[in-house]
Amino acid sequence: MAIIAEAIKWLLKHPVTIKYPFEREAPPKGFRGRPVWDMHRCIGCGLCSRICPSGAIEIIGRGQEAKIKHYVDRCLFCGQCSESCPRNAIKLMNDFEHARYNRDVMIYEYKRET
Amino acid sequence: MSYGSIVKVPFGPQHPALKEPEHFLFEIDGEIIVNVKPRIGYNHRGIEKAFERRTYIQNIYLAERICGICSDAHTTCYTQAIEDLLGLDAPPRARYIRVIVAELERIHSHSLWLGIAVHEIGFDTFFMYLWRDREAVMDILELISGNRVHYAMNTIGGVRRDITPEIIPKIIRSLDFLEKRTKYYMKALRSERTVLKRTVDVGVLKPKDAVELCAVGPTLRASGVKNDVRGDDPYAAYDEIPFNIVTDDGCDVFSRMLVRCGEILESINMIRYALDHMPSGMLRVRMPMAVKPGEAVSRVEAPRGELIHYVKSNGSTRPERYKVRSPTLANIPALCRMFIGQHVADIPIILAGIDPCFACMDRLVFIDVKTNKRKSLDFESFSEMVRKQRNFRLA
Repeated sequence: MAIIAEAIKWLLKHPVTIKYPFEREAPPKGFRGRPVWDMHRCIGCGLCSRICPSGAIEIIGRGQEAKIKHYVDRCLFCGQCSESCPRNAIKLMNDFEHARYNRDVMIYEYKRET
Repeated sequence: MSYGSIVKVPFGPQHPALKEPEHFLFEIDGEIIVNVKPRIGYNHRGIEKAFERRTYIQNIYLAERICGICSDAHTTCYTQAIEDLLGLDAPPRARYIRVIVAELERIHSHSLWLGIAVHEIGFDTFFMYLWRDREAVMDILELISGNRVHYAMNTIGGVRRDITPEIIPKIIRSLDFLEKRTKYYMKALRSERTVLKRTVDVGVLKPKDAVELCAVGPTLRASGVKNDVRGDDPYAAYDEIPFNIVTDDGCDVFSRMLVRCGEILESINMIRYALDHMPSGMLRVRMPMAVKPGEAVSRVEAPRGELIHYVKSNGSTRPERYKVRSPTLANIPALCRMFIGQHVADIPIILAGIDPCFACMDRLVFIDVKTNKRKSLDFESFSEMVRKQRNFRLA
């Protein structure tokens, strides 16, 4: 019977659940979200592509002309790419809503603008 | 009273006790279980094989994904094994951070299990409150590591992130809240008739049987045996942090609940001590590129019990063999003993009582049916076999 007092106490309070699509809570500082490449810093070494545990990063070409393809549907959001980058070109964003109906739109491409 | 005829009742792979599939064949006499045969392997995922295809750094994240609940225990065990091979030692601050994250994970795993256990006995009100309060520890873990489930805190040679002074007051506040709630739940469990009727003297495992059948973790400690890797073979910073090994003499499902509640309180004290006494210094040492040939075994006390990882290196960038012995596998023989003499209606709670994680545990062997011989395959010959037999089916 011990739990009844607890149940009555909480009956008069607001629900704890956040009504998600209508109410949102910002992720905490340091959240590991989607990695984003700063192509002005990128030297096209391909280390991120080689270290990625799930093969979510593809690099086409080398050096300044390199094009990065990030397959967000394969990404684990571990942040190893950002940690390994020798030029600190990869930042982890705060967004987490990546679900789409089509895998083709889940590819992010990065290229250096001239 | 015996009914004279034994009926065989298949339980699973899809069964009402848990979300994870596993097969058990119960032989029952009336309402009483007389024998049980487990058949593991339904949920095999081939993770050990996948270890051989990835580099040592990539394997950290694969080890993490062996289990969603004890993800930190698996990475700690993995990184310790590799550090052993390399002859590295994690810096003191990293070892303290490992303890803090491991203990936070223990709190979250045990409160999750308590919720499941009361859900199995049909007490969903209690389950809702437990899981609501579990959010507090999930929030701290997200604050520390940047993710709720896969923390990715450990790396070979240390940890990846620091626990900054700004977040320490938040952690302490949540710990105070959790301590208050856990004490309340412990009191509620002891006085709640619904819980007592369904768990006291259910799934009894005698201390002698528990030791003989090599039970591990809270299942073993609830049978009154004082055994804990953290105390017996300290790793990380456990040798510097004082703590008690919680045991109970009840030997039943109820004492497993009390042991886990007691461990939550003990973990809260350990985190408080670790936060106060955390040394300053660097977080990680650099890992050399090549790993020397050799073998290493590492042990960690995961929330579910003793976890063992074995690695064999041949000097290349990838391990030659990797082996994981998860705590659930060690508890299966003890689980089968617990079932004998119990009622069919108590199957779900006894099964849930060991806190099983079947996906971590499942292994399979290839047996040639004609010659009755075991064989092992490497990745290439396995994928060739699959390619040859397009209509390949598991028998």
